[in-house]
Amino acid sequence: MQALTNRAKQVDRAPMTFIEQLYLWNIVKGMAITFMHMFKKQPTIRYPEQKREFSSVFRGLHVLNRDEEGKERCTACGLCAVACPAEAITMEAAERLEGEENLYREEKYAAKYEINMLRCIFCGLCEEACPKDAIYLSETFTPADFNRKNFIYKKTDLLIPNPTTDAQGFAAAKGVKTNEIGLKN
Amino acid sequence: MSEQQLFKVTIDNITIEVPAGTSILEAARKIGGEVAPPAMCFYSKLKGSGGKCRTCLVEVSKGSEKDPRPMPKLVASCRTTVMDGMEVKNITSPKVVDARAGVVEFLLLNHPLDCPICDQAGECHLQDLSYEHGKEGTRYEFQRRKFKKHDLGPYIQLHMTRCIMCFRCVYTADQLTENRVHGVLDRGDHAEIATFIEKSLDNDFIGNVIDVCPVGALTDKTFRFKNRVWFLKPMDAHRDCPKCSGKVTLWNRGEEVFRVTARKDEWGEVEDWICNECRFEKKHSSDWVIEGPREISRHSVISQGHYVHTVTPTETFLAVNDGRAPHLLLDIHTESDVNKPEIELSLINGPAHSNNFNSK
Repeated sequence: MQALTNRAKQVDRAPMTFIEQLYLWNIVKGMAITFMHMFKKQPTIRYPEQKREFSSVFRGLHVLNRDEEGKERCTACGLCAVACPAEAITMEAAERLEGEENLYREEKYAAKYEINMLRCIFCGLCEEACPKDAIYLSETFTPADFNRKNFIYKKTDLLIPNPTTDAQGFAAAKGVKTNEIGLKN
Repeated sequence: MSEQQLFKVTIDNITIEVPAGTSILEAARKIGGEVAPPAMCFYSKLKGSGGKCRTCLVEVSKGSEKDPRPMPKLVASCRTTVMDGMEVKNITSPKVVDARAGVVEFLLLNHPLDCPICDQAGECHLQDLSYEHGKEGTRYEFQRRKFKKHDLGPYIQLHMTRCIMCFRCVYTADQLTENRVHGVLDRGDHAEIATFIEKSLDNDFIGNVIDVCPVGALTDKTFRFKNRVWFLKPMDAHRDCPKCSGKVTLWNRGEEVFRVTARKDEWGEVEDWICNECRFEKKHSSDWVIEGPREISRHSVISQGHYVHTVTPTETFLAVNDGRAPHLLLDIHTESDVNKPEIELSLINGPAHSNNFNSK
């Protein structure tokens, strides 16, 4: 049969000579490669002290956003839940009462909002579907936990700190690059 | 009875024979599919409706066999009757497509973009219309019109800003109920649907204005903000009702009946009118005889998550595991705050408020 290329090499199956059986030269060659790596740049980092910077398009833990006045943006329209391929999002809507105008932006709001982080695949489709800029995927990982029920994130876990009462927390959650949790110090 | 005269009419190169006196729109609906022009104000079951929204404009390229001149302008197909040998262009005419995009822009001038809040979203004819026939942007840069809030009683919620002035609800009240108490006040930009003296709509059969409304201007107050329509499962059901046919669609979530509406055909029109009692009072599945899931067009968002003709494989876990059930590490129903069994949203009159959730 004619070979397709002429790069094929015949395997040498001849028995090794005594010198070859000692593997001396091969050991030296291997050690040289290993030794050389001591002078190369390290690809790894010392993790808990040092942290890698996230990509700007990283999709991490969800955040429910507020507007500048601290009102919740979410109106429980259900578009994130319908877009979610993992069916991780559920919600219940309610009507804003008089006197709650400083809490919610629109007359309808999410009384209950839950993301099941065990189901979530962090695809970011909820962020894309949201017509109110209410849900964002932040640059943080979901913290690990020993208990499954702690992965059902309720509204209190997801809401961003209120900028009128906790301006610092709000700025941190918004991702001021230098001091945000989970980013390079 | 004398032989009824049949007229041959060609719509988008499809010829059909219809009896004299049929409107172009109804002839096109007989052909079906995309040939049928959209209609926002015309309602085949309401006498006198149509001719207001202009979305059903078509081009008549040949008037009739006897007078083959084309009609000089686009005509409203719901109000124009067919002639023998008439040739009509709907989607094949670029003029019509362009005019319809213009009409959609006009309809959306004053329509607030609050679909995320609106209960009609997902089954709104204006939403469908603007997706299919509209343009992306608007050139309108002024304040949209605003109205004083008007209370129409415990059953019907009016959002006047969303109204497109189709007059369907006025005809419904005229033709179905014994006493119409709402109507259109003022004119032009100030025209609004209202009762002149603050009065609640509580005529029997008045609930049908909710089904008839093409937008979210009139919605069910007992369903207000309860759930999105695409998370509910429409089921055909009936009951013995002394007042109406009792044939309805239930919008269920699990066993909970969130909403009762009339059954709608492929043109979004009600098949049988239903009475207020069926619509607003019967919110238990025990009130109804359920016939089965309603067929929903695959293109509708309501069909989301409805997998038809799928075969569920039999569960083999028990057989494989010597009859032992799998050990569940988490039962979502005990952990989740949503859909708590003690809060039955569907039984709350009107929308839920923060106190409904915080009472426990």
